[in-house]
Amino acid sequence: MRGVPVVVGYALRESLRRRVFLVVLVLTAAFVALYWLGAQKAFEAVDESEPPPAAALAGIDTRTLTGATLFGLSMFGTLFLGVVLAAFLTLSVVRGDAERGLLQPLVVRPIGRAALLVGRFLAAAAVCTVYVLAVYGANLAITWSTGSWRPDRIVEPALELTAAVAVIAALSLLGSVVLSATANGIAVFMVFGAGLVAGLLGQIGEVLESDTLRDVAEVTSWVLPFEALYQDGLNAITADTSGFTEFALQLGPFGGAQPGGPFLWPWTVAYLLLVGVAALAAFARKDL
Amino acid sequence: MEEGELVGLLGPNGAGKSTLVKIGCGLVRASAGEAYVCGARAGSAEARAAMGYLAELFRFPGWTTADELLELHQRLAGSAGGAEERAELLELVGLEDARRRRVEAMSKGMQQRLGIAQALVGTPRFLFLDEPTSALDPGGRRTVRGLLEELRRGGVAVLLNSHLLSEVELVCDRVAILSRGSIVAEGRPSELARPRGVEVDVDGGTRLFAGAGREEAPRIVAGLVASGEQVYGVRVLETTLEEIYLEAVGDDTA
Repeated sequence: MRGVPVVVGYALRESLRRRVFLVVLVLTAAFVALYWLGAQKAFEAVDESEPPPAAALAGIDTRTLTGATLFGLSMFGTLFLGVVLAAFLTLSVVRGDAERGLLQPLVVRPIGRAALLVGRFLAAAAVCTVYVLAVYGANLAITWSTGSWRPDRIVEPALELTAAVAVIAALSLLGSVVLSATANGIAVFMVFGAGLVAGLLGQIGEVLESDTLRDVAEVTSWVLPFEALYQDGLNAITADTSGFTEFALQLGPFGGAQPGGPFLWPWTVAYLLLVGVAALAAFARKDL
Repeated sequence: MEEGELVGLLGPNGAGKSTLVKIGCGLVRASAGEAYVCGARAGSAEARAAMGYLAELFRFPGWTTADELLELHQRLAGSAGGAEERAELLELVGLEDARRRRVEAMSKGMQQRLGIAQALVGTPRFLFLDEPTSALDPGGRRTVRGLLEELRRGGVAVLLNSHLLSEVELVCDRVAILSRGSIVAEGRPSELARPRGVEVDVDGGTRLFAGAGREEAPRIVAGLVASGEQVYGVRVLETTLEEIYLEAVGDDTA
């Protein structure tokens, strides 16, 4: 594994020099600017207008309702952009690069295939972690500066978003061993979409008290823990909110998230290891 | 293969030349048998540390410069050669002026030269070169031929996979002709060649003594002189590598 730092350095330089990184930066700037505009206008509306009579009567905190909904939206956007970045950094690492002739000169060097794959994962995870934390931090600052609202938990959701993106990077690396770049990209985004849909079904199941929908969401969360991490992060931003405000949040698209429970982090670590072992085993046997 | 030996691997498309090279490099697992490189099992870290490889269909990241690419491979190979080794290698392949040029700005021929320099990083004892001159112009091919001869003098063994028979004939000590996964002819080009006849220029034109070999040439010339012919030139004809090749592969020319 002495070659891991060399591969990490190579992959980091590749990440920063490829044009796709510039595209991601431009799109991120557009996303953050859009979020700033939305937050500005939303909190202006909260400040300038009276809350609806029913909301006032129920004691719903409209600032919290607005802030949590906006921040939940920003978390979804951050997760999505992080997933896009993770997928682009990893989707062609093995088969895609081998088909283009980029991989063979590296693999024949004495560092070994395992070091190559581990180095690629660490580099992708590092880039995505920095990226997700930067976007998360920017949105946090915008929400605070425009509406004087901040989430009940700050660090926990940030870490969970980065872990969720790392899970996607690991799945994408595993997919890259067996699938071509295009097929892997499609597969990664379909898995991501399936996880989100299952999470939404779980939220609907909570409101409707449907055991079937809740079971679907729970099983999916174990199979695709990035969804459980995202849900737990969403739940954490209003962890101390209660009463009718909490109830109103649960009715919204980002408010009904469920906590992941004490096994979420251990399972995430075990899941990353399992996916890593599967990827290494498949790569070790792959003819190039 | 011996130290400093240059062996040419010939064969039609699909004969198994690239597969054999890939087995040697550890890129493909052998379905049967065993392969060793410099005494170590092919594909092992020891074997990979002792060899260099230029793939037939290779590509380097377009965002790297020539110097950065060689530096990366130095690190991957554990070479302590530093900037001096990189400069030497670039000079060896005629890219000393392209040190800071990005790969994406290089012609295919320049990239192939860079590929050869990359294969030489870490002073390998064994080189696998899969079609190393396919994108080179005649000048570039001559440079590579000179380089191969220099490597031979330095004791580096080279397995050269090429479709260019003339090139193989010029530089290789031995050739192995593959067909459908098996070696169908193997030896020094001079050993594989068969006499085709002796051609003699005389007053009346050129006379061919079909089937005669080199050792018969003096007797033929002496006979002609004795019979009053003026002899202006003598050529011993042998089968070319192309003829040997076509005969060996038979109808396997897909």
